[in-house]
Amino acid sequence: MTPTELSDQSPPQPSAASWVGAAETSEGRQELVEREETDPLELLRERGAVLRLPEGFVVDPGDVDIESPEDETMIINLGPQHPSTHGVLRVMVELDGETVLRTKPVIGYLHTGMEKTGEDLMYVQGGTNVTRMDYLSPFFNECVFSMAVEQLLGIEIPERATWIRMLMLELNRISSHVLFLATNGLDMGATSMMIYGWRERELLLAFFERVTGLRMNHNYVRPGGVAADLPDGWRDDVADIIEVLPGRLDEFDSLFTNQPIWRQRSEGIGVITREQAVALAATGPILRSTGVPWDLRADMPYLAYDQVEFDVITGTVGDVFDRYAVRLNEIRESIRIVHQILERMPNGDYRTQDSKVTPPPRGRIDESMEALIHHFKLFTEGFKVPAGEVYVAIESPRGELGCYLVSDGGAKPYRLHIRGPSFANLQCLPVMMRGGLIADGIAVISSLDPVLGDVDR
Amino acid sequence: MTDAGPTDGEAPAPEPEPEPERHAGALVTRSRGQEVLHPTLDTYLDTITALWDEGFDMCVDVTAADYLERPPRDLPPDIAPERFELVANLLAMDPPRRVRVRLQVPEAAPVVPSIWERYPGVEAYEREVYDMFGIRFEGHPDLTRILMPEDWEGHPLRKDYPIGRVPVQFKAAPPTR
Amino acid sequence: MGLEDLNHNFLTGALEDLVKWGRYRSVWPNTFGLACCAIEMMGTGAANFDLARFGMEVFRASPRQADLMIVAGRVSQKMAPVLRQVYDQMMEPKWVISMGVCASSGGMFNNYAIVQGVDQVVPVDVYAPGCPPGPETLIHAILTLHEKIRTGEITRRRHQTGAGAGIELGDTGRSARVALASTGGRAGDDTPEKQRA
Repeated sequence: MTPTELSDQSPPQPSAASWVGAAETSEGRQELVEREETDPLELLRERGAVLRLPEGFVVDPGDVDIESPEDETMIINLGPQHPSTHGVLRVMVELDGETVLRTKPVIGYLHTGMEKTGEDLMYVQGGTNVTRMDYLSPFFNECVFSMAVEQLLGIEIPERATWIRMLMLELNRISSHVLFLATNGLDMGATSMMIYGWRERELLLAFFERVTGLRMNHNYVRPGGVAADLPDGWRDDVADIIEVLPGRLDEFDSLFTNQPIWRQRSEGIGVITREQAVALAATGPILRSTGVPWDLRADMPYLAYDQVEFDVITGTVGDVFDRYAVRLNEIRESIRIVHQILERMPNGDYRTQDSKVTPPPRGRIDESMEALIHHFKLFTEGFKVPAGEVYVAIESPRGELGCYLVSDGGAKPYRLHIRGPSFANLQCLPVMMRGGLIADGIAVISSLDPVLGDVDR
Repeated sequence: MTDAGPTDGEAPAPEPEPEPERHAGALVTRSRGQEVLHPTLDTYLDTITALWDEGFDMCVDVTAADYLERPPRDLPPDIAPERFELVANLLAMDPPRRVRVRLQVPEAAPVVPSIWERYPGVEAYEREVYDMFGIRFEGHPDLTRILMPEDWEGHPLRKDYPIGRVPVQFKAAPPTR
Repeated sequence: MGLEDLNHNFLTGALEDLVKWGRYRSVWPNTFGLACCAIEMMGTGAANFDLARFGMEVFRASPRQADLMIVAGRVSQKMAPVLRQVYDQMMEPKWVISMGVCASSGGMFNNYAIVQGVDQVVPVDVYAPGCPPGPETLIHAILTLHEKIRTGEITRRRHQTGAGAGIELGDTGRSARVALASTGGRAGDDTPEKQRA
């Protein structure tokens, strides 16, 4: 299939709104409606934004006629190995000169079969599997999995466990958004932001290591609560972190927002409207940047989010700048939540005392036969979860992270499905890149903040 | 399968069976407090359209499950269980509420109408279900494999597809690679 | 390529050391971050665990300009041909560090979707275990590689196994001209020391 044949399929129009006129079709002369007057959903349903080609599509250079460049478009490949640090995403881009017409994000380069592996692991091991899906926000994956299991089991977790989970989730949201700022800066040329961002992340990762033992991929949030209590002196550690962060955030703010080049590269670029975002199932900062104040923490509260105060940050235009601003301010809101958690962290158990689910404390194993048997059973066979199916969703830094869990009454899930937010968010890519330049396409990919582990699982 | 009618052997006149609960034309069950709808293949699109009219403007997830091993399932009495089940999660934002739609898909003819026209965001999800389970969607613009390579054979998440585990040697044998 | 047909004497002996010094003091990695290990690799390149002190802070995106491929993360079936293609595009001398357990052996994902160890696809010089390996582990792996380059161990073994890159260091009795293996080559050779590049 040569590029000329492709351009016969649907005439792509480089500048969205300015071309108005008539088209000669086989049914006679037909007037064309201005782009702005078309219903946004209708626009989406047009096959105008998404390039639908087989992934192995290759053009023989001998077929390309270099003498007639006027109405020819070029299909190039972006990725899967490319310096934009968002993992192995491949984008097939149809270009008219430098203008992007249609794109097709090709994924699957990181497909790990985690849902299949999850059917083979016990529930206490399941956390190790799901935590590596969205590897920038591992606590969120573990938390949604644990919440789904707890709902199937029908148990309540103690209050302290809930607040510990909230603390770790919000700190993880901060570290994920800081990484977004770092990679966003790197992709758009502010290389020093990469170094600054990691300096802040190291503070948080050191705290995570103190609490969970690992810098990333912790398997800390487990069904029933958390794996271990917070260490002594955690209040000082957290207080140190959130004391330092706001000043640094102001630095990042001025590094980006006061820089005219960055502003030009991001304002008005990659715009998506609220109808398009809702229709494409985009959630999280992308949806909020279009002006929809939808945040699962506020609208469908889980854990103890109805007891803390925070604002839902929304944008107005839905461009790259708005998405950056939404995430930057979400860090500030998370800091606010962490302050409240610091004041109000209750005492108590860090995991449920239900002995069918939670292993007994190690000391008791020497004393009690029953404790020993429970421990043995729980770690060799695993606890059994009653049959049923449930869908639980939380607000991860990328959007709605959901877990659909089907149990058959055994010790391993029958079907584990994680609704990754980046999988849906990535569908906004063709719409956002259309009509822009290829360099803006990089800014758009970066502002989407996809994590390919979440997309491919 | 649950018994819908009341059982009482003592009373002389049995009470009429209560009308099973329906929402958007589909039977309703509740799973751990969550509302689940069970349309049939014919009524699936009507149910989805009715839910769209009610205000469920976002379809957050479309996935499937393979019930080859016949675990216990909670289904209303009139729905015949099939091997595959297509699960769609819908979300309404104002007021915030969720609903889940579970559709039985027979193994012999795993073809389902696509809801892409109504919810463009399910394009990638339906491709994933096709890739992982082999369920085809009529009306989908580009039904190709999305996670596995395009020439891959087999549908990995089916229960009769092996996990593909490579045996690992733990003894002190000379390594073969 | 190295120094061809050189009879080593007191002048050229030192030249060989100079070449090796140049090679290991400025190994430029290729950006081959795939999954979670890539985040730790970026963290190693950042300020707290600086890679710039080893001359390695320039992560070259183009494989033609890179010396070292740090395979950081799990390699799926779809990605394996891409991995091989990027490896083939790199210029000699080149090295591979397999970072993390997923790259070294498939890690916790022993299933249909993940290649069980990138040494099925490319020859690996150093394996760094961990899930993900912390920056200290990665730096240890990098320094191990530097040591091997500095002592010429790698090129020596290439001569012994008779495969791999065509680095020619002249005949000192230790190393000799070796033939350039085809790309189908010896990735997957069963010698205990997996030292070839």
